[in-house]
Amino acid sequence: MERDTHFVLGVFDDEDILLQAVGEVRASGVKIDEVYSPYPVHGLDEVLGYRRSRLPIAAFLFGIVGTTLALTMQYYMMLFDWQMIIGGKDYASFPVFIPVTFEMTVLLAAFGMVGVFMISSNLKPWAIPRIFDVRSTDDKHIMAIDIVNNSAMDITKIEEILKSSGASEVNKKSFE
Amino acid sequence: MQVTSSVRDPLVTGGKTYHDVTQDVCRQVEGRPSLGWFLAFLTAAGVLALGSIALVVTLWEGIGMWGLNKTVGWAWDITNFVWWVGIGHAGTLISAVLLLFRQKWRTSINRAAEAMTIFAVICAAMFPVIHMGRPWLGAYWALPLPNTFGSLWVNFNSPLLWDVFAISTYFAVSLVFWYIGLIPDFATIRDRATGLRKTIYGALSFGWDGAARTWMRYESVSLILAGLATPLVLSVHTIVSFDFATSVIPGWHTTIFPPYFVAGAIFSGFAMVLTLMIVTRKVFKLEDYITISHIELMNIVIIVTGSIVGVAYITEFFIAWYSGVEPEFYAFYNRATGPYFWAYWTMMTCNVISPQLFWIKKIRTSIAATFALSIVVNIGMWFERFVIIVTSLHRDYLPSSWAMFYPTWVDVGVYLFTFGLFFTLFLLFAKFFPVINMAEVKAVLKSSSEKVSK
Repeated sequence: MERDTHFVLGVFDDEDILLQAVGEVRASGVKIDEVYSPYPVHGLDEVLGYRRSRLPIAAFLFGIVGTTLALTMQYYMMLFDWQMIIGGKDYASFPVFIPVTFEMTVLLAAFGMVGVFMISSNLKPWAIPRIFDVRSTDDKHIMAIDIVNNSAMDITKIEEILKSSGASEVNKKSFE
Repeated sequence: MQVTSSVRDPLVTGGKTYHDVTQDVCRQVEGRPSLGWFLAFLTAAGVLALGSIALVVTLWEGIGMWGLNKTVGWAWDITNFVWWVGIGHAGTLISAVLLLFRQKWRTSINRAAEAMTIFAVICAAMFPVIHMGRPWLGAYWALPLPNTFGSLWVNFNSPLLWDVFAISTYFAVSLVFWYIGLIPDFATIRDRATGLRKTIYGALSFGWDGAARTWMRYESVSLILAGLATPLVLSVHTIVSFDFATSVIPGWHTTIFPPYFVAGAIFSGFAMVLTLMIVTRKVFKLEDYITISHIELMNIVIIVTGSIVGVAYITEFFIAWYSGVEPEFYAFYNRATGPYFWAYWTMMTCNVISPQLFWIKKIRTSIAATFALSIVVNIGMWFERFVIIVTSLHRDYLPSSWAMFYPTWVDVGVYLFTFGLFFTLFLLFAKFFPVINMAEVKAVLKSSSEKVSK
């Protein structure tokens, strides 16, 4: 992000007004940088035009890795590396491998997906978030509009659009 | 836009606004702990300290200090293990299964229930670890690590090894699921705080900013984790039941065990959630979030699972007779009429009869009755495991080797240790972490409260 970027912030009290406002603001040609909410608002990603998250695909791929790893490990250990007859069964009998395979599939799918989520959303203990308005983790929805991305439009025009679409406050914010 | 239902009761009472939710939940994180909290914490820590004497004795002298003998080689250790793991299941059921079923009432109880899961699993895992005698070598016995014995690997045919994988996966996935939910709430605390607290909660919140894109991914992650945790939680107690069911001991070798154990786990877990929640809501003044209707719904789960458990008891008894296998029938006959008859009838009374009282609306909406019955259920479920384990072993095929099991003070002490550990951890959680998932409660507030929309 550039220094001295200026943002126009629309503060919304209600999720339904917000959802409608996002549509109106986008229809009027203003590009929304991001919307910050204290809780997940259903349908917000759709009106903002975000593509569906591909995290389920990541989970699936990591799950397959887990399955493969678990089966390879068990067959290698029980069938190739050190054969032992246990309870008169085959060296390697598939049904007894199912529980460990299942657990490792779940473990890798969960950890892999969460890891991708952390990286893609830049979540880490030393991350310093850019807070537009501290109330965005309490009770307000903050719509941030980057004026650099909207240079074609006048700031007062953007403010007007925000007010008419239902924002309870319109503020400006710059980061050093 | 607003649709207010005239049929459903609000999930959160008292006409709370979004800001009220933040205030009510952050209050005890930010304020000084109350005298009651200090007293409870000192008691829990005292029990922990006392119990740790027994733990040290076990580790120093070996498990010969327990009351086990040649005939009864498994007793309190595995009873306590299964009991604690079972308790943990309710947390995952609330956070994962109820999420998949879109039961929105879970939002105000899932955080504390999941914390309970994690602490209960820690207590449970302690027993298999210490029963190895020399736990510092245990990694070689429990995990497939390369070693200088061959390499002679761990036995993948053994349900005890499956347990290692199941319990550790369950613990790890529950912890991650719980922590992901905590991140937005830590951010809320961070944004209200100053100084050192801001730094600590800032690090805990992982730089969360509440962007719509992150929320979208968060929702996706929650849903997938719930989808993974649901079969996981069923697999965990299934595999725990395999520890018994795959052996050829009369009374253990039954195919009914997996569903029966899972139902029993949920049954006892909900009882423990109720015990904890009834105290927590009172102490932290959260009656508007954990309402009577929450308690009633949890009691309904207890009726359902308790009835499944009751049917399972009767079924296994019937099948033991109907199978015509004499040792099998004797194992059950001995449970009900032998020297441990009192344990059997305690179990039957607490688990089969007492939950049926919840059919009466007055009882299932009464806090005092629910609290009392939740403790009764937990006592009953401890006895269930004791009955299954000890009474099946103490009279085996050779009457000359029949024996009784008597716990020593070390057995009692180690069990006390886990209680101390559980309540110490839970009290620390209740003080320093938001006990209610603020973000998720805010998300369901609108469908439940008219004041917000005005």
